[in-house]
Amino acid sequence: MSGATGQLLENLNALAGGLFLLAAFGMVATRQARGCLNLFITQSLLLAASAALLGLRYGSEHLYGVAVVNLISKPIIVPWLLRKTSPGEVYTRREVEQVLNIPTSLLIALALVVLAYFLGRPISNSVASQFRGPNIAIGIAGLLLGAYTLTVRREALPLLLGVLAMENGAFFTGIAISRNLPMLVELAIATDGLIVVFIMGVLTRAVQKHAGTTAVGELATLKEAAAESPAQAAKEEALAK
Amino acid sequence: MFNRILFNLIQVLVVMAFAPLVSGILSRLKEMVQSKRGPSIFQPYRDLWKLFHKDEIVSEESSWIFRFTPYIVFVAPIFVTLLIPVLTNYPLFFAFMGDMLGGGFVLALGGFFATLAAIDTANPYGPVGASRTRMVGFLAEPVFMIVFFTVSFVAGSTIPYIVQAKWVTPMANFFAPSHVLLVLAFLMLILAEGGRIPVDNPSGHFELAMIDESKALEYSGRGFALMKWGGQMKMLVLMCIFLNVLVTPWGLAGNQTLGGLHLLPPVAGPDLRVAAVLLAVPLVALKVFCFLLVLVVIESSLAKLRLFRISEFLGAAFVTSVAAMIAQVFLP
Repeated sequence: MSGATGQLLENLNALAGGLFLLAAFGMVATRQARGCLNLFITQSLLLAASAALLGLRYGSEHLYGVAVVNLISKPIIVPWLLRKTSPGEVYTRREVEQVLNIPTSLLIALALVVLAYFLGRPISNSVASQFRGPNIAIGIAGLLLGAYTLTVRREALPLLLGVLAMENGAFFTGIAISRNLPMLVELAIATDGLIVVFIMGVLTRAVQKHAGTTAVGELATLKEAAAESPAQAAKEEALAK
Repeated sequence: MFNRILFNLIQVLVVMAFAPLVSGILSRLKEMVQSKRGPSIFQPYRDLWKLFHKDEIVSEESSWIFRFTPYIVFVAPIFVTLLIPVLTNYPLFFAFMGDMLGGGFVLALGGFFATLAAIDTANPYGPVGASRTRMVGFLAEPVFMIVFFTVSFVAGSTIPYIVQAKWVTPMANFFAPSHVLLVLAFLMLILAEGGRIPVDNPSGHFELAMIDESKALEYSGRGFALMKWGGQMKMLVLMCIFLNVLVTPWGLAGNQTLGGLHLLPPVAGPDLRVAAVLLAVPLVALKVFCFLLVLVVIESSLAKLRLFRISEFLGAAFVTSVAAMIAQVFLP
């Protein structure tokens, strides 16, 4: 690989990393469950792009394998599974609640990214020099932002997407650290992710059937046995007044 | 020396002459997208001509600020034009008088006086719009800062002539994450500062919803013409910074190549230099036209945001610019 092309590929990989980070921010900030899903798809595509670019840069077929597995499982199968299992009402609602307001959320997310930088630096200093890239730090940032999405969201579907975003972040770091992941491991991780999606989708449907809503944030406090759903409880309260 | 002053003058004249045309083409394109015919692209010139020949009415209650503001709003973009690369990629006579940050401050000065003038008249609608512009302004300010800090971090300078060379030498720099993310953040800034659609509707004339337009609400005749022309020039100047410094630093006098072919011989005879500067005019116009097409797509496909969502839009711009900076730091 000549110097100029290598430089270009590394820059394109870094660009994919920057956009990956931006998509993670978007998942923290978007209101609609639909937009969150679209951003997750974009993020997975960028992960695949980064894997393919690194594979091209260092001539590693394993990374191509990672790219292909990612390209098939996350942007195609995950949305399809979610459509099949989770209730459709989540997609049509425009406003999905958050615990904090969005500008505050974004500032905390920025602080997390700075933290990720300090976490990532010793790791990238300790690996061999040809593995150094923005991937390690950006992957850790993606992991932390996914975890943060888990804490602030109060809706089942974005919560699930937060888990998947964490997995994306871990993968993003992984492709930079080891160039020779056995294919078996990749496939196992991909299937694992899909099973998680399936189980949580079914669980979401069950929650909706039982409680009448998928806003799991509202299910945090215990209610008396008579009031089965929050909506019903509110109605009863109104009647009592 | 003489040449550099001459080119600077040509630069100012080009910005003054073409600014109304740019806004005319933009509104015509927008109407065409909406399947309407729309006004002629020369309509803004006719408006200006008409306004310059009308009487000006100034409220007795207003102070000197109201009378001075149109001149400041008109002169500020011209002043910035002296600092930025509009037609040439080598620095001109006044280029080192101020950097991009200084240019931003000069533009902000015009905005500041326009706000004061809107409050000065005691028209109830003026201050409403003026305080909204300030809200957009102070939310946009940190983004501007981070964008310029990132630029100075990457290029080692905030003089626009030095920055523009940085992105294309070597060509791989063009795809650096900091560059692409900066471009995104700056595009969002242009939309906010120019009062374009996700933030403000430039063609809406409903006083309660106005943001940018309300500043010129009380002006008439010559003063209104100057405010309008100044606003159009500000938009063109922002576009020139965006296109010539950040996105496409090609086609300027000094590096006019097309697919590796030099359009003009690269020797530096004095008359060839003049020819190169004049050739840059259509090339820059072409770039501006392409950008207008992008702007029309954005304006026709998005809806105006509710007032309290503007902070989220600019928050997104802020995060994008910080991501640009962080991506640069992450690179070992």
